[in-house]
Amino acid sequence: MTQVGAIPYVATRWDFYDRWGAVKVRWSLGRFKYRVTPGIYAVGNPGRDSLVFVTGNYKLSFDHLRRALKGIDGWILVIETKGINVWCAAGKGTFGTKEVVRRIRIHHLDQLVDHRKIILPQLSAPGVAAHDVKKMTGFTVIYGPVLAEDIRAFLNAGLKATDDMRKITFPFVERLKLIPVDLFYGKYYLLIVPIVFLILSGFNRSGYSLDLVFDNAGKTTVNLFSGYLAGCVLTPAILPWIPFRRFSAKGLVTGWLVAILLLFAGTLGLTLIENISWFLMIGGLSSFMAMNFTGSSTFTSLSGVQKEMKTALPLQIVMAALGIIGWIISRFL
Amino acid sequence: MNGFVYLTDVVTLELDAAKCNGCRMCVVVCPHNVFGIEAKKAVILHRDFCMECGACAKNCSEGAITVKSGVGCAAGIINGLLRGTEPTCDCGEGSNCC
Repeated sequence: MTQVGAIPYVATRWDFYDRWGAVKVRWSLGRFKYRVTPGIYAVGNPGRDSLVFVTGNYKLSFDHLRRALKGIDGWILVIETKGINVWCAAGKGTFGTKEVVRRIRIHHLDQLVDHRKIILPQLSAPGVAAHDVKKMTGFTVIYGPVLAEDIRAFLNAGLKATDDMRKITFPFVERLKLIPVDLFYGKYYLLIVPIVFLILSGFNRSGYSLDLVFDNAGKTTVNLFSGYLAGCVLTPAILPWIPFRRFSAKGLVTGWLVAILLLFAGTLGLTLIENISWFLMIGGLSSFMAMNFTGSSTFTSLSGVQKEMKTALPLQIVMAALGIIGWIISRFL
Repeated sequence: MNGFVYLTDVVTLELDAAKCNGCRMCVVVCPHNVFGIEAKKAVILHRDFCMECGACAKNCSEGAITVKSGVGCAAGIINGLLRGTEPTCDCGEGSNCC
């Protein structure tokens, strides 16, 4: 028991359910229900001088923090971010000054510890004004490293984050982890669009042919998904090596690269107009999906994305529309 | 980080050095190394690295930094266009966003 009542202890090791949960949310399964109850938790054997680490109530954030605190005696203060990760919640303001102050007060942090310091993840800074927290509660906000895994080094350095700890990077493995969520961006369209193409592929000059539908089924489906995957899998994977800065342009490059491969593989069309139509559709689709990856990336600005979209979005729509029209016309040639 | 520089000359970040008290908070909170300190005042070193997250402006007690912050996310901007609001990644329960 502490001054402020019973506080649950948490483990610093991930068990099977933690690992399985992490895999599931990366695939977008139950991602918005993966939450921890806000409040105070104990790690190790903390006392009145132990440090307080603040995080949001997305369980994956909480899990990363407690795992990083292995061998450290400390308190974790989980605030209500509606199950959203630290950085996104800070951007929306839910991981914000108000909620931090509210949690410090309702959990009586001033009675739990003798010192007046709280450690926040650096990426919560877009939502939290450190000087206002200090004014309202007396607690000094110390921004820790971007990654929980650097906490030990941060503590050893006397609560100092080095330049490297403060910089956000976007390495290959991190980009890969974000791909699955985007895979499901299309939701039920992933089923409907290929089926519509199947139905349309039966039309020809002499009416409607089911044989044609069966002949084309594999090809149209492969072409459509290739365009989609070029944008939301291939582009993120090789992002820094694709020429151009605009994500939409990067997506066009990968989309057309894939279309060239398909041309040689023989899944595109039988006529020039059908081939051109597929290039337009695959290019437009891949460009759009790649542009959406700006939201997952760690370095795109609102002003930049707005500028890029102003030209890219109309182009993508025109490409897709021309492609669809051309492809339908090519049925009757 | 050269493969990770986005469009140049677009960000809305502004620093009024006259108001700066040299507290270094902007240097600490910026995840892209945009700021430095010269002669006890903040300076913008790498403007094009800025992603307009707003951390510096929020944590500047002197109000010396302004930036129109928001989500650098195409899906969020489309969301805003469809609803006639500012760009938002808040697409409600159960949808695919951050």
